[in-house]
Amino acid sequence: MSKQEQHWEKTRNLLFITLAIWFVFSIGIFLFGAEMQESSIKPFGYPLTYWFTCQGSLAIFVILIFWFAGRQEKIDDEFGFTEREGEQ
Amino acid sequence: MIKGKFIDNLPKVYGIYTGGFLVFIIIMAIAEQAGMSAKMIGIFFVAFTVLIYALIGWLSRTLQTDAYYVAGRQVPTVFNGMATAADWMSGASFVAMAGGIYFKGYGYMALLVGWTGGYVLVASLLAPYLRKFGCYTVPDFIGTRYGGNLARFSAVIVLTVASFTYVTAQINATGTIASVALDIPFNIAVYVGLLSILMCSMLGGMRAVTWTQVAQYIVLIIAYLLPVFWISNNIGAGFFPHFMLADEVARIAELEGQFGFVKNSAADLATVPKGLAGITKPHSSVNATPWAFISLAVCMMAGTASLPHVMMRYFTTPSVRTARRSVGWSLFFIFLLYSSAPMLATLSKISLMDPTLATGIIGKSVADVQALDWYQNWNQANLMFVSDFNGNGTLELNEFFMKGSAVVLATPEIAGLPYVISGLVAAGGMAAAMSTADGLVLAISNALSHDVYYKIINPKAETAKRLIVARVLLVLIGFAGATIAALEIQGILGSVIWAFDFAMSGLFFPLVLGVWWKRANAPGAVAGMLLGLISGTAYLIWVRNGGSGFLGITQLTFGIVGASVSLVSMIVVSLITAAPDAATQKMVDDVRIPSGKTILGKQH
Repeated sequence: MSKQEQHWEKTRNLLFITLAIWFVFSIGIFLFGAEMQESSIKPFGYPLTYWFTCQGSLAIFVILIFWFAGRQEKIDDEFGFTEREGEQ
Repeated sequence: MIKGKFIDNLPKVYGIYTGGFLVFIIIMAIAEQAGMSAKMIGIFFVAFTVLIYALIGWLSRTLQTDAYYVAGRQVPTVFNGMATAADWMSGASFVAMAGGIYFKGYGYMALLVGWTGGYVLVASLLAPYLRKFGCYTVPDFIGTRYGGNLARFSAVIVLTVASFTYVTAQINATGTIASVALDIPFNIAVYVGLLSILMCSMLGGMRAVTWTQVAQYIVLIIAYLLPVFWISNNIGAGFFPHFMLADEVARIAELEGQFGFVKNSAADLATVPKGLAGITKPHSSVNATPWAFISLAVCMMAGTASLPHVMMRYFTTPSVRTARRSVGWSLFFIFLLYSSAPMLATLSKISLMDPTLATGIIGKSVADVQALDWYQNWNQANLMFVSDFNGNGTLELNEFFMKGSAVVLATPEIAGLPYVISGLVAAGGMAAAMSTADGLVLAISNALSHDVYYKIINPKAETAKRLIVARVLLVLIGFAGATIAALEIQGILGSVIWAFDFAMSGLFFPLVLGVWWKRANAPGAVAGMLLGLISGTAYLIWVRNGGSGFLGITQLTFGIVGASVSLVSMIVVSLITAAPDAATQKMVDDVRIPSGKTILGKQH
C-alpha cells in the first residue's frame, strides 16, 4: 500500500470513531430521552436528559472537534503530509 | 500605539475595542442615572455600534480578488472562530431561541443539539478538504471537482434558494430591532437595516465582513451573557447560573404541578393578540417523541454542514490545519451563547412564575399586574398580554401571554435591571442579525459574480470589472431581500429552519461524496442537487397545502426527504454513467492530504 493509501485509511478510521461518538450524543441518547430523565444521575442537579440538551451534548461536541483535530494532525505528521509554513 | 501589520496586532486591536465598548456601557449607565431617557439610550446603543461596524467595513476596503473573496486567506484560527460564531448566530438565535425554549421546552431543544452537532460534521467531513481545494465559493468546489458548467450552476441554484430564504429572515430581524430601538416604522427600518448591512460588506467583501463579524461577536456575546449573570445574581439563584440553576428548574416543575396547565377555550384565545403564546408545556420534562426530536436535530446538523455562508468562512484560514482547529473555536464561541439560552429561559420563567419572588406575577391580582410599568410598556409594544378569563380577579398561569422574543428583550426589565441593559440587548440583537445577513448576502453575490459571471459568462473579465459586478450584485440581492422581508411572509424562525432543509436537500451529499467517494461524477452530482432540491421543495409545498406527509416528516424536517432522494439519485446516476477521468481522481487524492499546492491557484 502506498504512503498515501495508508494515510487515507488512518484518516478514514479516525472519521468513523469521530462519527460514532457524534452519533451517540446527537442521536443515540435521545432514543431514550424519557428513560434517562428518570435516572438518578443528575449532573449539577439537573435532570439527565435536560442537562444533555442544555450543556452536555454541546460541550461534548466542542471537546470532540478539538480531539479530532489533534488526532488528525498526528496522522498527517506521521506520513509527512503536514503543510509547511507559508505554503499555499 | 499600534505598529506593524494589522493581522499581527489583532488581539491588541480587539482588546482595545472590547475595553472601549465596556466604557461606553458604563457611560450610558451613568447617563441613565443622570436622567437620559430610555429611548435616547436605545438610539445611542444601536447607532454607535452600527457606526463602528461601518467604519471597520470602510477601513477594510480592497481592490484584490483574494481579499474580496477569501479575506486574503490570513484570518487566524481563534478570530475566524469568532467571526464564524457571529456569522452563524442569527437574529433568530439571539432574539428567538430563549423564547422557543421557554414555550416549547424539550421538543425545541433539538435545535440546540442540531445547531452544535452539525459542526462535528463540518470539521470531520468537509472544512479541511474544501480549504485544501482553495476555492472561493462552494459552487467553485462543485464546479471544479465534478467539472462542467451544469454542476456549477446547479450548486448556485441550491445555494441561492437556501441562503435567500435565510437572508430575508435576517433583514426582517434587523428591521424589527431598528424599528423598536430607533422608533421608526418597520417598512423604513428594514431599509435602514439593509444600509447598515451593505456598509459592512460592499467595499471590502469577505475581508470587511470578517473584521466586522469579530466586532459583532464581541458585542452580541456581552449583550447576551451580562443579563443572564446579572439576573441570576439579582434573584439569588447563584453566581454562575449554568451550574447552579438545578433548584430553579425543580421549582418550576413543582409550580407547574401546582398551577396545572389549564386549556383555554377557543373563544378566550381569540382575544389574545396574534403571535403571543401562553405557557402550555412543561419546562424540563421530555415532551416530544424520540423521532420528533431526532429528525429535527438531524436536519439541522446536515443543514449546518451544507450552508455555504458557514463553509466559506473556513476558506479564509491560512492552512488546512488552522481550518480544522478553527471549527472547534467556532463551536466553542457558539457554545457560550447556546448554553446560556436555556438558563435565560429558566430565569425568565422563575421570575414570572414564583409567587415568593418580588417579580412573580402569577397568583397576584390582575389589576396589580396591569398597573406594572413594564407590563404597560411591553403590552403597548404588543409583546405581552394578560386577561382574566375566569373572572376571579387573580392571574392564573393560563391567563398570561407573551411573544417569544420578549424572553430576551423584556426579561432584564422584568427582573428589575436598569434600562441600559435593554439598550445593550438591542445592540446585541442588531449585531447578531447584521453579521448573519452580511455573510449570506456575500455568499449569494459571490456565487453569482464568481461562478456565474466570471466562470460561465465572461471568463476573460478583468479583476476591476469582476469586483464591480460583485458589488452591484451585492446591492441588488440586499434590496431584493429587504423587499421580500418587508412583506413578512413567514415568522423569523420558520424561514431559518427551512433554509437548513433546502441546503441539506441539495448540497449535503454532493459536497460530502465529492471528497469521500472518488467514483462520484458530474451527472450524479447534478442529479443529486436538482432532484434533492425539487423533491424537498415538492414535499414542503404538499405539507403546507394540507398534505398529510409520511413518517412524521413535517414542514420543518422536509430535508430528510430531499437528502434521501439526493443520495439515492446521486449514487444511481453516478454508477450508470462513466467514472470520472484520471485527472479528477488525482484531484481527489490531492485534496485528501493537507500538504502540497491547493487545487485552485491563489488568484483564479
